[in-house]
Amino acid sequence: MMTQVEVTEVLLPGVGVRYDFTTGRGERFAVVTRRSGDVEFMTYSDDPDAPRPLWRLDAEEAEVVAEVLGAPRIAERFADLTKEIPGLGAGQVPVTGSSPYAGRPLGDTRARTLTGASIVAVVRDDTVVASPRPDEILRPGDILVVIGTHEGIAGVQAIISG
Amino acid sequence: MHGSSALLIELGIVLAALATLAALARRFGYSPVPLYLIAGLALGPGGVAPVPAAGAFVATGASIGVILLLLTLGLEFTVGEFTASVRHHIPSAWIDFALNAAPGAVAGWLLGLGWIGALAMSGITWVSSSGIVARLLDDLRRLANRETPAVLSVLVLEDVAMAAFLPLLAVLAAGGAWWQAALSVAAAVAAISLAFAATHRLGGPLARIVDTDDPELLLLRVLSLTLLVAGVTELLQASAAVGAFLVGLALTGQVADRTRRVVAPLRDLFAAVFFLAIGLSINPRDMIPVLPAVLVLAAVTAATKIATGWYAAARDGAARRGRMRAGTVLIARGEFSIVIASLVALPQLNALTAAYVIVLAIIGPLATRLADNLPAR
Repeated sequence: MMTQVEVTEVLLPGVGVRYDFTTGRGERFAVVTRRSGDVEFMTYSDDPDAPRPLWRLDAEEAEVVAEVLGAPRIAERFADLTKEIPGLGAGQVPVTGSSPYAGRPLGDTRARTLTGASIVAVVRDDTVVASPRPDEILRPGDILVVIGTHEGIAGVQAIISG
Repeated sequence: MHGSSALLIELGIVLAALATLAALARRFGYSPVPLYLIAGLALGPGGVAPVPAAGAFVATGASIGVILLLLTLGLEFTVGEFTASVRHHIPSAWIDFALNAAPGAVAGWLLGLGWIGALAMSGITWVSSSGIVARLLDDLRRLANRETPAVLSVLVLEDVAMAAFLPLLAVLAAGGAWWQAALSVAAAVAAISLAFAATHRLGGPLARIVDTDDPELLLLRVLSLTLLVAGVTELLQASAAVGAFLVGLALTGQVADRTRRVVAPLRDLFAAVFFLAIGLSINPRDMIPVLPAVLVLAAVTAATKIATGWYAAARDGAARRGRMRAGTVLIARGEFSIVIASLVALPQLNALTAAYVIVLAIIGPLATRLADNLPAR
């Protein structure tokens, strides 16, 4: 499912770092991160010597984009981990505001007892609560990273969404 | 307080002129450095509007300006970038040195500046202006280009070479013996080694003295350290500028990042005053006789920089257009050339360098914009 994206890192002395990568569609991109935290996105058309600027973000805007993209990434890393073991999978279960468990401790869900799947992390904003304890209070907007069989993950999903 | 009011008004006029020129330079995407020099020429003794009362401030401001300028140039240095540059571009750096220092040395000798003047001239034509080049790369949106790492590597290696060149020249120009020159070069090497040690071991001795979360404290500590070291190096006849540069080199990592941020506004003000003072110290009439020599030298060293950039970019696999862009962007000479000339107190050399920098700091950006319009093949 996840193809390996090859990223080349080129140091730009005095300026920052340039990351080059080619997407599955064959488009070549470059992301230049500056020492100041500013980020610039470029695309190369057929000529590698003529990059076209796409857009430019300041440090704060780049942070926001990173946050948007960041949470699913963490779950994907768990997915990589579980790829090795047949039958085992990783999934993300969002806690919505309408979930009966929003505002209640994790232990109340009895997810492990009922489904056999484990909740290994809670992604909250840009922080991750690794191996959460049963008394961890779930909040709307949290994303639970679940490891278990596919039925188990579906079961946790059903419990959380109520 | 009549004297004070004259000073304040003259200073206000001077700064207003600088602000206008800087705005003009920004508007057209040029470096303000040549304009500051021209402003100095205009306000100086032979110029159109002399400002005698501001003289004392400008003199002090200029010596602080050169210190802050070199401190921030030194702060740009990071060990990782240096080692990466060395790995890929040592041959480019040698080509850069051989092609660009030689015409300067020959010109200095032909113009009868003596061997110290010739040595200074070799440095003046050798170093590109990292300030102008970095700005151009940013303005022309070339940061992701294939040739850009080569250009930046050449700049880094030039800057590091300056760490040995500046103390050598400063001591010899002050009439020091060869062993004194050797000693100050050894001190420069020690400062670079200190920077290496600082990044490899946790913290680093210098960083630990200076580092603090409070920006105000950081500014005061860095300034006091820099001025102390600069004063001592001046005392040892190795020039205050050299000491400040070495402090900048020795500070690396997070401390360097934060120092750069707190020092930048001060540097902008005082560096402008420094360039202005250089212009003020030159009588425009002295520039007329050296002008033909300057134009020939500028043409030759523009060509040799293009060759340097061409070679360096080719090493990184850039095509014809990229190589041309790399060569032309390196043409601009600026702050380092002026600092080198100011180390050697020769009026003719100062006039020559100011004219040379004005010419190349204007032609360089123009040439590299033209290179953007080259067809791909």
